[in-house]
Amino acid sequence: MFSGFPLFPEQASTLAGSVDGLYFFLIGVTVFFFVAISAALLIFAVKYRRRSPSEWPEEIHSSLLLELAWTIVPFLITIVIFVWGATLFFSMNRPPDNAIEISVVGKRWMWKLQHMTGQREINQLHIPVGRPVRLTLTSEDVIHSFFVPAFRVKKDAVPGRYNVMWFEATKAGRYHLFCAEYCGTQHSRMIGEIVAMEPADFQTWIQGGPAAESPVLAGQKLFRELNCVTCHRPDSQGRGPVLDEVAGSTVRLAGGATAVADESYLRESILVPAARIVDGYQPIMPTYQGQVSEEGVLHLIAYIQSLKRPPAGAAVPAGGNK
Amino acid sequence: MSAVSTPREPQIPKEHYLNAGYGVKSWLLTTDHKRIAILYLASVTFMFFLGGLYAAAIRLELVTPPGDLVLSETYNKLFTGHGVLMVFFFMIPTIPAVLGNFLIPLMVGAKDLAFPRINLLSWYCYVVGAGLVLVALVEGGLDTGWTFYTPYSTSFSNSNVILAGLGIFAAGFSSILTGLNFIVTIHKMRAPGLTWFRLPLFVWAHYATSIIQILGTPVIAVTVLLVAVERTFKFGFFDPARGGDPILFQHLFWFYSHPAVYIMILPAMGVISELVTCFSRKKIFGYSFIAASSLAIAVLSFLVWAHHMFVSGLSVYASLIFSALSFLVAIPSAIKVFNWTATLYRGSVSWQTPMLYAIGFIGLFVIGGLTGLFLAAIGLDVHVTDTYFIVAHFHYVMVGSVVMAYMGGLHFWWPKITGRLYPEWWARVSAAIIFIGFNLTFFPQFVLGYLGMPRRYHYYPPEFQVLNVMSSAGASILAVGYFIPMVYFTWSMRYGKVAPANPWPATGLEWQTASPPPTENFAVTPTVTEEVYDYTKPPKEPVFV
Amino acid sequence: MSNAHSSVLRHHFASLAQQKDASSLGMWTFLVQEIMFFGGLFLVYTVYRHQYYDVFAACSHHLDWKLGAANTAVLIFSSLTMAMAVHAAALGQRKATALWLVLTILLGGVFLGVKTVEYKEKFEAHLVPGPHFLAPTEAAHELKIDASQAGQAQLYFSLYFAMTGLHALHMVIGIPILAALAWKAWAGAYGASYHTPVEMTGLYWHFVDIVWIFLFPLLYLIGHH
Repeated sequence: MFSGFPLFPEQASTLAGSVDGLYFFLIGVTVFFFVAISAALLIFAVKYRRRSPSEWPEEIHSSLLLELAWTIVPFLITIVIFVWGATLFFSMNRPPDNAIEISVVGKRWMWKLQHMTGQREINQLHIPVGRPVRLTLTSEDVIHSFFVPAFRVKKDAVPGRYNVMWFEATKAGRYHLFCAEYCGTQHSRMIGEIVAMEPADFQTWIQGGPAAESPVLAGQKLFRELNCVTCHRPDSQGRGPVLDEVAGSTVRLAGGATAVADESYLRESILVPAARIVDGYQPIMPTYQGQVSEEGVLHLIAYIQSLKRPPAGAAVPAGGNK
Repeated sequence: MSAVSTPREPQIPKEHYLNAGYGVKSWLLTTDHKRIAILYLASVTFMFFLGGLYAAAIRLELVTPPGDLVLSETYNKLFTGHGVLMVFFFMIPTIPAVLGNFLIPLMVGAKDLAFPRINLLSWYCYVVGAGLVLVALVEGGLDTGWTFYTPYSTSFSNSNVILAGLGIFAAGFSSILTGLNFIVTIHKMRAPGLTWFRLPLFVWAHYATSIIQILGTPVIAVTVLLVAVERTFKFGFFDPARGGDPILFQHLFWFYSHPAVYIMILPAMGVISELVTCFSRKKIFGYSFIAASSLAIAVLSFLVWAHHMFVSGLSVYASLIFSALSFLVAIPSAIKVFNWTATLYRGSVSWQTPMLYAIGFIGLFVIGGLTGLFLAAIGLDVHVTDTYFIVAHFHYVMVGSVVMAYMGGLHFWWPKITGRLYPEWWARVSAAIIFIGFNLTFFPQFVLGYLGMPRRYHYYPPEFQVLNVMSSAGASILAVGYFIPMVYFTWSMRYGKVAPANPWPATGLEWQTASPPPTENFAVTPTVTEEVYDYTKPPKEPVFV
Repeated sequence: MSNAHSSVLRHHFASLAQQKDASSLGMWTFLVQEIMFFGGLFLVYTVYRHQYYDVFAACSHHLDWKLGAANTAVLIFSSLTMAMAVHAAALGQRKATALWLVLTILLGGVFLGVKTVEYKEKFEAHLVPGPHFLAPTEAAHELKIDASQAGQAQLYFSLYFAMTGLHALHMVIGIPILAALAWKAWAGAYGASYHTPVEMTGLYWHFVDIVWIFLFPLLYLIGHH
């Protein structure tokens, strides 16, 4: 993988084959038009080459039929490509429900990754073959982009917001991880590898590593340290909303609007609490901007989400639940 | 050269715009559009070779996988310098400000552009902008990439962002003023009898370009101004720490910078329309379709900007719309290619240098354009965006197409500009060298990109080396190809054969006056009685000399 | 063309009418460019106002709407005097043209004076974004927002200064042009057949006024019902 003279990237994800299918179709279209137009140009240029300086050929009037034909035919072809590309894009943006959750924080110039089971990795990500993996990406500084060529996926890690991507490896192996959005001096060294392992090997790896605190546990601890629990009590007597069942639900806001309590909303509620207040509560919560790191925020969100969700598969260990 | 229907040996006219004055003042304070075009020619050529030097350093570094020639900091400054110089100071001004400036008044039969002093002002804006950017590049450099993405450019980069931003602001106004002058000239200064549908397609293309310059450039101007203000006074417009949205910058940036691609390619298409028709001796096939497609491109170009941002977290539905619109913009380009090709059919095709460039342009533009479809197809764009596939794609469009057209146009109108002919043999050889060198440089980059090599990488994995070496080898051939014309053009200004007024011969008012033209362009105010591109008979002898 | 104004016909135009048409189209094209220039800023404003409406409304309450309204009146009045100047120029009234132009300049000066007072006040109240901006708790107190929204308040004031600053810059550019016109008008340069510069500057001045007419409610009156 790391040597030789390849002309085509390895196919190692469920999406890779479909992306390549469209790629080859487009190469076909390109070759067809390139050959057809070049051939026409060269044949005309040779066949009708100027034989004497006093040649003044007859005018040929343009034909509406021809113009319509070469407007409509390319249009139809582009519709096919559009639909094909859009379908692919939809599947890229719809992570399966049983995905393993990984959080990713880009920082100049490294990737910090964490499994829901707590394992932290830097510039390396171990994943099992045959299980979808869902990444939540953000950045501590500038925009980065998480790019795994062998999986044909890429997504920007943007400071101040969460982006989501997913993939499912089909083949065990080590694959390049690149930062694809220019991020400063060591941009080209912000690389790493994805280690796709057979499920059994992955289990061994995940159990063999040093015992680590899961994000849910870390979030729970942080939740207590920051005294969130004084207001956000499990019963409805607190000064803040009850957080059980809140993640993923639609909340009513003061002023009548609603919001889906996704990762972005939870993040905002921690950092800029006054922005979108839940109906019936006072804007008394202080900000935690500057007090919690990006990873801390992700931990808190993981904890709040764990209050809602029953374990979504092996990714959330029993210990992670309340 | 083909035989010319002039019976006697051509002679340089006694008085023409070049010998109207020799002092420095006669150039720096001129309001003659032809002289201003020469000023632009000198400046953009300088910037082109400077940008080329940056490219040479980049290709040299990329011969080996580790970054062993320069530091990463330096490498980042190299590709930023290359991008800024080439995009803002060569590609955007080159055809409009050199060929357009020289030819549009001649083509519409006017004595000058509508606002000659504003035309000179636009050149000074360019010079001030270029000066600021050169200072920024020399005094510590600029490392943001030509795209200036926030928050890197506003809060993290330690380089000369403010200075470069102001330089681009000034160059932007140069571009706006040129566009404004063209619009008014084309509307108000046409010779009697020169109706809209008798205008050469070069003029139509520049009209469409000017619309983009007027509507798009102010947006980039205000955007770089905001970046400069954010850096200087620590204001926050795009700062995520204050709730600002760095993606909003990308929207504003690409709202101009995507149409900017059409500021580059539309004039090039205008040049190709002139070349194809003249060297096939046929009225261009589908004149009104080519003219209308220029306007369609100008309009659609404003509706596709977010296709640069499909992996930034744009909503799925917004992505769908921008993908669909991006496909639409391919249609007018396709219409042009088919019409150019059909023009050759049953023509009288000459293989002189400008035509070689035109045929080369069409071939490379087909590749450049169709690889654009790969990027408009969102599911595929995710993989290839921000890789060398993009780099290859836009170099096929910008260098393979625009520079080919510019070179073709320069050869075509060189006799008009200087009154001298260039050496045909050398010109054909260098056209072939450029074509081969270009393909060798940029074709491997498509493969590299699909393999996954990200752009702007100083170090790269060793398996990408062979393709990179091929690309660098091609770049050295390309450099030779660009150097030869530089030499023989300079040589021909003094030693070239004297050109007749209409050497090819071609239709169009610019060929109806002397070579080089007098300061007032035409001795007699021209009137137009013929349809455009009438090649069924020899063009009439120059009558407005 | 044999009248006294043939000296104002530039060599590359066939007639004064063509020259005037060209100037007029040129000016309108320039104004379209200006619309796009301010348009970029208005877009940024719209996005953030939508996103952070409450903060923007709170900050907007901190501006003195009375000063803003007074300035709006001043500018509308200056548009009137400008229109009178163009009218007088078209009638060939030498002195009246100059006087209306001077009046326009004075009104422009009043506007800029009021603006300076407002800027000074913001400066003293530490409402200029950047390192000297109010600390979050002070901002919360001063602007009646939450401390966590101090950054968003900075966004508002960044836009306030950028938008009104660019607008003021346009006036600062316009005033010397008006002064030059007044000088030439006094000297009798314009008459019924040629007064294009006055007319074109008039278009520019009206445009600058219209920008303010959008800026005033957008910046000063958010959330005033």
